[in-house]
Amino acid sequence: MRYAMAIDTRRCVGCSDCVVACQTENKVPVGYCRDWIVEEMSGKYPLLSLEIRSERCNHCADAPCVRSCPTSASHYEDGGIVMVTHEECIGCKACIASCPYDARFVHPEGYVDKCTFCLHRVKDGLKPACVSVCPTHAMIFGDLDDANSEISKILQSRTHKSLIPEAGTKPHVFYLL
Amino acid sequence: MKEITITSGRMNPGIDPVLHAWGWEIPVYLFLGGLAAGILIFSAVYFLRGKADEYKFAVKIAPFSIPVLLTIGLLALFLDLTHKLYFWRLYTTIRWESPMSWGAWTLMLIFPLSVFWAASFVPDVRPGLKLPALAEKAINLLIPFRKAMAWALIVISVILGMYTGILLSAFNARPFWNTSILGPLFLVSGLSTGAAFTILLSKNEQERKAFSRIDMALIVIELFLIIHLFMGFLAGTEVHIQAAQLFLGGPYTAVFWTFVVTLGLVVPLLVEALEMNGYHLPAQLPAALVLTGGLILRFIVVDAGQSSRWLYKFMTHF
Repeated sequence: MRYAMAIDTRRCVGCSDCVVACQTENKVPVGYCRDWIVEEMSGKYPLLSLEIRSERCNHCADAPCVRSCPTSASHYEDGGIVMVTHEECIGCKACIASCPYDARFVHPEGYVDKCTFCLHRVKDGLKPACVSVCPTHAMIFGDLDDANSEISKILQSRTHKSLIPEAGTKPHVFYLL
Repeated sequence: MKEITITSGRMNPGIDPVLHAWGWEIPVYLFLGGLAAGILIFSAVYFLRGKADEYKFAVKIAPFSIPVLLTIGLLALFLDLTHKLYFWRLYTTIRWESPMSWGAWTLMLIFPLSVFWAASFVPDVRPGLKLPALAEKAINLLIPFRKAMAWALIVISVILGMYTGILLSAFNARPFWNTSILGPLFLVSGLSTGAAFTILLSKNEQERKAFSRIDMALIVIELFLIIHLFMGFLAGTEVHIQAAQLFLGGPYTAVFWTFVVTLGLVVPLLVEALEMNGYHLPAQLPAALVLTGGLILRFIVVDAGQSSRWLYKFMTHF
């Protein structure tokens, strides 16, 4: 099992529903967020193109946060989801410094927090909160090891990219172009 | 042209707009760890070379500072932790891939070892001091092991000195840290500050002179490593070139080239060179400059690394 997410940059309108759904579902403290919307405008007026991305932890297959953690608090769950065990985290922030996506932060209670791909929902057969609320169906979540899953099929048929793969992290969030 | 905006708003404390995971605690610890490593390496090396009496301060007296330096450093590290009550988790696992794990275990070894090392010199430094019988017995037990302790200290201190740099260079997410030069640079800087410590506090002029000579060599090596650091970056990828530009016209230019390179390295080198040639200048001046420069170097490197990044480089506002 290898969980991944694909986000269709041609469907995403940047409404931030995914951000609010995550904050509600995961009781993210006020002033913090585990996912966010990036709008990247390129070109020169009037020849402009806009890419909208919903970004979060990339649940990297070669995660620098897991490597740099001195206590094994940051670890891979089954399916490759990167998680932090609160009772093992000492708050040294090595993982925060090691993440090229700046996806982590220190929770007001002291441990390091970030996107979990809503592992608690996934275990119950549900989709992550962000995916389930997306009004344009721009987000797809599933198992890359299952060749018949929706995500496997769409990644085979559509051109896609991941964010700074040159950082050597093998990200598991893909953007359909 | 590119304009990147986080339209949902992201202002995670400590992360946005520029990463600020580590404040003053980490550079203070890196400086003290490097200084302690430098002092211990000189002490152990000159002990093994039979110069314990010639360089009495460096070999026998300076080690008494180590427990104090390491305690302050460890306190700074502890203050930096945000989930403090769980700090003991560092010692329920060994993580080979994590430099921080290496550091935690190295400190666990070096702290007691350095206390034993210093304790074995109590009778030399304070002859005739009345000690409780038990302490005297313990010290007499330690003295025959000085040679073994010296060898162990050299190995562990080199690891301590190097790891303070490797801790940062292992983060490829921060281009300015991501250079293997940082390990040797921090080790040499630690040795240089260790030598400066002896120059500053030794009462023996011959010893001060000898350590000034050593310090000059170390400063030259340090300057050489700094040039290589920037050569490596400028021959690197775009993010590494941008990291170097933070110091070549960017916001760290003035503070780095003035306080670290000029006042922390070049001026002490010149003053020490003049002293060697018979000019009478206070030896404490270059030593104090080297120590201050070493501290500022750690602050700038820790800060600049957090300002260098891969993503969102064209971000205009949030």
